[in-house]
Amino acid sequence: MTLYFTKEHEWLRVEGESAVVGITKHAAEELGELVFVEVRDAGTEVKAGESVAVVESVKAASDIYAPVDGEVLEGNAALTDDPARVSSDPEGEGWILKFRITNPDQLSGLLDAAAYAALIA
Amino acid sequence: MVPFAGYAMPLNYADGIMAEHRHVRTHAGLFDVSHMGQVKVRARSGSVEAAAKALERLVPADIVAIKNGRQRYTQFTNAHGGILDDLMVARLDDTLLLVVNAACKAADIALMQDELVDCLVEPLEERALLALQGPEAEQALAALAPDVKTMAFMDVRALDVDGASCVISRSGYTGEDGFEISVPALDASRVARQLLAQPNVKPIGLGARDSLRLEAGMCLYGADIDETTTPVEAALEWSIQKSRRKGGAREGGFPGADIILGQLENGVARRRVGLLAEGRAPVRGGAPLYSDPAFADGIGKVTSGAFGPTVEAPVAMGYVATAYAAPKSPVFAELRGRAVPAVVASLPFVPARFKR
Repeated sequence: MTLYFTKEHEWLRVEGESAVVGITKHAAEELGELVFVEVRDAGTEVKAGESVAVVESVKAASDIYAPVDGEVLEGNAALTDDPARVSSDPEGEGWILKFRITNPDQLSGLLDAAAYAALIA
Repeated sequence: MVPFAGYAMPLNYADGIMAEHRHVRTHAGLFDVSHMGQVKVRARSGSVEAAAKALERLVPADIVAIKNGRQRYTQFTNAHGGILDDLMVARLDDTLLLVVNAACKAADIALMQDELVDCLVEPLEERALLALQGPEAEQALAALAPDVKTMAFMDVRALDVDGASCVISRSGYTGEDGFEISVPALDASRVARQLLAQPNVKPIGLGARDSLRLEAGMCLYGADIDETTTPVEAALEWSIQKSRRKGGAREGGFPGADIILGQLENGVARRRVGLLAEGRAPVRGGAPLYSDPAFADGIGKVTSGAFGPTVEAPVAMGYVATAYAAPKSPVFAELRGRAVPAVVASLPFVPARFKR
């Protein structure tokens, strides 16, 4: 299991071909209270940088971008009734989607924990 | 802190927008709304009736009939019947006290100084404005000013609050019972702290202010009403009293009166309505509205929208072609390329709890 981060404040926990994706504590704090989370349909194929989900805070909507090429497997169903979970536990129970990675070489372009910590310092 | 009309204001305090919103509806919340403009209008002759008649040259409401110690809601209109600003006009003895929006206050003051030559128009720059709103507002304010218990909705009184000479109105922007307190700037901090020291009073920011007024069906100038919307299109004709309408004692006589009175008689092509969208995604200002999910027939636009914590659903306001303005009319909003089904809803979304 390897943990990666992106400059857009997302994290990926990669195990083999699949990953769990969410937003970091830093991003969750920036967004404030969430009222709605919508993940694109299972089976949707995306390129790195394309939107895979939208999170709506009280004030505005923000896109969550695919960190690497892949396919949406499932959104976190618990977030339909409890979007606030992303705010309260963004790196745990507040995960946003499961994702199949089609191009693992792209992972090397992402940040590790130390690089991400330096980014937000 | 966020910039708002040239001021730095808190979007929320520690509890966050949703908790602050709910707190106002269940207890009491204190808002610092000192950014708004407070203006004193007095006739040079000293006669309040003369001042009222003068102001009637700029607004469609009956100002002359406002009794001493009462206030009314109205709008400044332009030659096209559009709204330049919305405001409260209070009468206290020989003076009219106006509260106008921050973004418009310079223009409003200039307008009045130019047009009301028989009046002294004095911006009250040394006064702050605090709004205390919620079912426990009376209890909290009465601890400092017991007289407020005898005030009814839309009453205005000059009252001493812990040694500060305040002007208090029983009104607000939340749909709850509450008070707006005009306090000398030098006393503002002290009075605010004393109110916050009352049990169950919390400070409330702009985010909750917006979701509260939206649930209450109240317009935000610049979003739901502007220079392109008339009071009739905006469903604000209730604020135009009979005396200013066709056949009334002082019919018209305000900018755009012929257009506005014409609309009262003949109807309007579009109306401001409430909108309740299906699902949980907020539909925000700017979203186009259609009568069909294929977006073939555009019928209007959302002008403001947010998640309503009391309604526990997304709430919005917008304009639709009159044919679609009846409550329960189905419409579709475009949200990120998708058609979101919605229905026209009566306003307010949350019943008002004014102390009448």
